[in-house]
Amino acid sequence: MTIPPVPPAFYLVLSGILFTIGVIGALTRRNAIVVFMCIELMLNSVNLSFITFSRFLQSIEGVLFAFFVIAVAAAEASVGLAIFVMLYRSRETINVDEVNLLKW
Amino acid sequence: METVGTILQWLIFLGMAFTSILASVLLITRKNPIHSALFLVLNFLCVAVIYLLLYSQFIAIIQVLVYAGAIVMLIVFVIMLLDLEEELRSRLKLFYSKVIGSALAVLFLFGLIYGLVATSPTGKTGGYTAEKMSANVKAVGEALFTQYLFPFEVVSILLVAAIIGAVILSKKKLS
Repeated sequence: MTIPPVPPAFYLVLSGILFTIGVIGALTRRNAIVVFMCIELMLNSVNLSFITFSRFLQSIEGVLFAFFVIAVAAAEASVGLAIFVMLYRSRETINVDEVNLLKW
Repeated sequence: METVGTILQWLIFLGMAFTSILASVLLITRKNPIHSALFLVLNFLCVAVIYLLLYSQFIAIIQVLVYAGAIVMLIVFVIMLLDLEEELRSRLKLFYSKVIGSALAVLFLFGLIYGLVATSPTGKTGGYTAEKMSANVKAVGEALFTQYLFPFEVVSILLVAAIIGAVILSKKKLS
């Protein structure tokens, strides 16, 4: 009895579950840094989906796109965290509920 | 001999999948943001092992270096710089909004799984077979520096812009 190797659907379902957990965290938490961490979790799950398709459709573009996603995530991390530091300096809080000056 | 390989592949995949899901669930529920950052590192490392299962060693190493190494370090530094108090106790209105948001996200997951199961994933099979991709860095380098050279240079400009932005944004105003 031969066991088949892990089919691609399992990797994609794992990617979907991680993405959903990231969405729940980004919608639920009030701390801006934890929201940022959930965004990184979502980007990571999409990377997993790209690499899965790159392996099972035998293309290199998936790997390259994941590489670009990682580079853009690094750039976004640096600028986003600098914005958080500036926000904390001027408002003494990092709760996303209290940064509501643009709300009507 | 092949069944040992596939059994090991299944075991590693299931172990890493459950660990990463557990780590991400614990990430979104911890009160202390440092604990959340540590669970984020665990999640990134588990996904890096899954990348190794998918025979992409390049992205696995890049994931550990950049994601788990640099980005989480940045996050931990910023958490230590800011003096964060605990989140306020959620009132009932906030609790309902959390439940509705979570329910919508789980609905989205069901839609994803339905789209995965209903039709088989179609796509044109490319030319990068498993043998060619086994020299992973060479294959990525071949494609990145010949066919995708322009996006590569644009990404380098983007990184320079991000560095300049981060430096300017964190300067203290001398007023």
